[in-house]
Parts: sequence; structure tokens; C-alpha cells
Amino acid sequence: MEADTMQAVAPIEIAQAREVPLSAAGREAVFETRGLSASYGKALAVANVDLSIYRNLVTAIIGPSGCGKSTFLRSLNRMNDLIPSAKVEGEVLYHGQNIYGDGVDPVEVRRRIGMVFQKPNPFPKSIYDNVAWGLRVLGMKDDLDGRVERALTQAALWDEVRDRLKKSAFGLSGGQQQRLCLARAIAVEPDVVLLDEPASALDPIATSKIEDLMHELKNEYTLVIVTHNMQQAARVADMTAFFTLERTESGGHGVLVEYDETPKIFTQPADKRTEGYVTGRFG
Amino acid sequence: MAVDAGRYSLTPNPRTRRRKLVNVLMQGLATLAALAAVAVLAIVIISVAQRGASALSWDFFTKTAATFGQGGGGVANALVGSFVIVALATAMAVPLGILVALYVSEFAPPRIADLVRLVLDILNGLPSIIIGIFVFGLLVIGSGQAGWKGSFALAIIMLPLVARATQEVLALVPSSLREGALALGASRWRTVLGVVLPTSLGGILTGTVLAVARAAGETAPLLFTTSIAANAVTWDPRQPVLSIPYDIFVLSESPDPADHARAWALGLVLISFVLATSLTARLLLVRYRKKLEG
Repeated sequence: MEADTMQAVAPIEIAQAREVPLSAAGREAVFETRGLSASYGKALAVANVDLSIYRNLVTAIIGPSGCGKSTFLRSLNRMNDLIPSAKVEGEVLYHGQNIYGDGVDPVEVRRRIGMVFQKPNPFPKSIYDNVAWGLRVLGMKDDLDGRVERALTQAALWDEVRDRLKKSAFGLSGGQQQRLCLARAIAVEPDVVLLDEPASALDPIATSKIEDLMHELKNEYTLVIVTHNMQQAARVADMTAFFTLERTESGGHGVLVEYDETPKIFTQPADKRTEGYVTGRFG
Repeated sequence: MAVDAGRYSLTPNPRTRRRKLVNVLMQGLATLAALAAVAVLAIVIISVAQRGASALSWDFFTKTAATFGQGGGGVANALVGSFVIVALATAMAVPLGILVALYVSEFAPPRIADLVRLVLDILNGLPSIIIGIFVFGLLVIGSGQAGWKGSFALAIIMLPLVARATQEVLALVPSSLREGALALGASRWRTVLGVVLPTSLGGILTGTVLAVARAAGETAPLLFTTSIAANAVTWDPRQPVLSIPYDIFVLSESPDPADHARAWALGLVLISFVLATSLTARLLLVRYRKKLEG
């Protein structure tokens, strides 16, 4: 559990040819998963993932449908706890502490590790209250107006909504709603923001706004994004992990194939399966 | 170009004619049945209105029953009594019903949730006379009748209605909203209080209004619990108070024909209330659905 045992190790076996990737060198690992498996009931969704996620980088998780990338992401802030049949094995070390360890409060976990979902999910409240609600709940009530404004500014939404803060968030476009959800997530000053296909329901212009934001936000936060869009991963991510579906007799489950710097994954992947996926021959 | 008339014929033959006949017949029967249902409601409302309208007057609403044989008099005590009993029953049943629904849909493990749902359905199906006797045995024997004891019986009837209706609207709240709240580091209870409940308020209101309409018309639970009342308007639920449905029963048993007219008139009041509340509930639900769908 000590910090010095937390030195970044070679991320996964398949990529063993490489030591700590260049862009990760010297960076602190925010997450380190060890033998992480997640299942729903008897169905194994993702198996035995060892992955380190580094501070102030954008880490993308790519792979075909059903490869367990969302399940993996949701296991990083105990979001899977909400599904009664879900079970997680292995360890997720967050700054050295296992978030599934004894005495860990999932509410505290989620307060530090925020999330933006696939479909924009603003609360049925005003734009202002969408951002302010989390702040109120967490007792960050000093300078509420200032905090709301800063979060909306960081999410590049302030100029579009400053005149209608008291209006319902449902009146915003899909792209604006998603940036509102991002503002809501960063307003409570998390350490990490997990993004589960945040742009898949958005048009290209809204998507590019979200991507631009990610470049800005990584200075302050550690970002992990699941995407099925390889171009998006190539554009936004410093590190990319490729997951795939390993077929077995009982159906199949997701596995981590390769994890490396993004350019490496897209130009010189070490694994045939990665190459097949990024070149479009498979998946 | 000789067309095989038998094989490719597009005109009816005996067999298709029979099928068509059956089709028309069944469609007609179904339509008639639907019309009959509408007609029953219409006939009830019209006949009650015809017989009762003449007895409606200012005195009817503001005075208590006159001495036998004397003209005039009204049902003010029954109106006030029903208001007091039902309001108190609502105050008991609604908070409890909402909490039960929250337990079922937000906190309980799936198996226990199913069990509680089943219990609520059985409770909903209990004959109201049984609830009346139960409350009689529990509260009335030994200490006498009181308005609040009637409210207690009505609350038992309202509880499953409120709980089931609430639980159904809670199920409509998208789980993505709960996830969004929890992902901010909110506890489950704060999530429920801050996001889930406000989102489902419209639906909860609808369920409550329907339960009120149902309770207002219940007679059996009040028979044993709050029926022997003084002929005076009282707002005190510690006293036995008269209620609209029970007063209809009493008036219709009276030998005085003027009382029969009052019974019809009181029936008209009750029917109007139930209709108005049911329609309001419908309207609320439509508006709520629209709001939820954005």
C-alpha cells in the first residue's frame, strides 16, 4: 500500500517489450488495476485486467462492442455496485488504496472519481441547479455562484447559458447538455473524470467541442475515456488501451490486449489483434 | 394470357365470405361492449343528476339535517366530516405510501421488493368491510367511535394505492439520472431526495389524487368506526363524524321522501367529486409524462 511499491510497472504482459511508456515516464499512476475481473451474474464481462492509468493524461479505452470497456470503466468508480448482479474481483488501486477494500465508502470513491455518461443525463432542474446540486450535496457552498460559473466556463458552456441559468436544462441541445454534465462533474473538483462514450450521441461539431475540452481539462484532471471511435481515441488520448472479446465456450469475455502510447497503438501495434482492429480489418 | 381464375381470384368465395362475416361480427360485439361501458357510466351520472339536482340548494350545503317531518335541512355535517376524515387519512397514508414505494424501488433487494409488491396488491384487494371490522376490533371496541379511527381505516385502503402508484412512477425515472447523481458523490438518500423524488412528484400527486377519490367513496370502513355522530358540524376528528357515503346510506333508508331526494343529491356531490379528481389525476399524469420525456 505504500507509495514506493506503487512504481509503475510494465502495463501488461503483451506489451512487455516496452518499459513504462514515454509519455507516462515519471508520472504518478492514479489507478493500477490488478487482476481485475467483472461479471454480471454468471456471465464474465471482462477478465484479468492489469492496467495503470497515469496522472494528467487522457487514457482511451477502445475495442469492439461487448469487449467490456464500459464495464471496466464503471468498475473504476464502483458504478457497477448499483447493478445487483454485478461482481468485481481483483484490485483497483487508486493512489495505492484498493477502492474495493474493507472500509472504503463507495460514495467517497465517486466523489473523487467523477463520471460522464454516454447519453447526456441532466437533472430535471435549471442549468444553474444542475451544476450547483452536487456542490450543495457535498457541502461546497462557499461562493456557489463563482463555482458554478467556473465549472461552466471550464466546460466551454458559460457564454451560451449565462443569460438563461434559471431555465430548464432540458431546453439545451444534446451537445450543450453533455457539456453541462461535464461541468456538473468537474464542479465538485474530482481527481479523475471517467467518460463513457461521451460523444456517441452527439453530432460532429458537438463532438469536436467535447474533444477540445478534453485537451484543456487534462491539465487539471486525469481523464479516462471509453470510445468506439478510433479516430477520437487517436485525436484525444495520450495512452490507449485496446480491449477485445475473447470467445469461449460459454460466450466470451473482454480482455486487455495491448496498452501503450496512442501513436504506437495506431502505427506500430505489438499485437496482431490490435493491428487488425485499428486498420479496420476486424471489429 | 389466360388467368387461372380459381387460383388467383381476388373476389370473395364462400370460405372467405364466412371469415369476413365472423370478423365483422366480432368487431361489432367488441364495439358494442365498449359502448355499453360508456353507457353505464353515462346512465349512472344522468339518473343520479336527474333525481338529485332538485334537492341541491344553499341550505343543503350549509345546514345539518332537519328534525323529521320538518322541511329544509342539509348535509353540511357529512360534507365537513368527509373532508376531515379523508384529509386525515391522506396525511397518514401518503408519507407512508411514498416511503414504502421508495423502499421497494430504491433500497430493497429484488426478492424482497417483489414480496412487498405482492403484499401491497393483496392489501389492495382486501374487501373494505374486513378493514372496517379490523379497525373496529383494534381501536373502537372499548373506547367508542371517532373520526380519526375512520381515517385510520381509510388510510389502510389508501396505502397500497399510493405506494403502488408511486412505485410505478419511480420505475419511470431513468436510471441514468440516479447514476448521474451518484457519480457526483451523492449518497443514495440524497439522490432519492434531490433527483428521484422531484422528478416523480407529478406521478406521486396523481396516485394520491386517485387514492383520495377512492377513499372519499368508501362506506364500509366507516360503518363501524365513525357512524354514530351528533347532528352537528364538527371539525374535531376525536368525535365521531358523519361522512358523505354513510349519510347517503342513512338518508336512503329514511321514511321521508325528501330525504331520498337528499340522498340522490349527496350522491351527485360524491360522483362529481370523484369525476373531477379522476380527471385532474389524468391531466396531471399527461403533463408529468410530457415533462419527463423532455
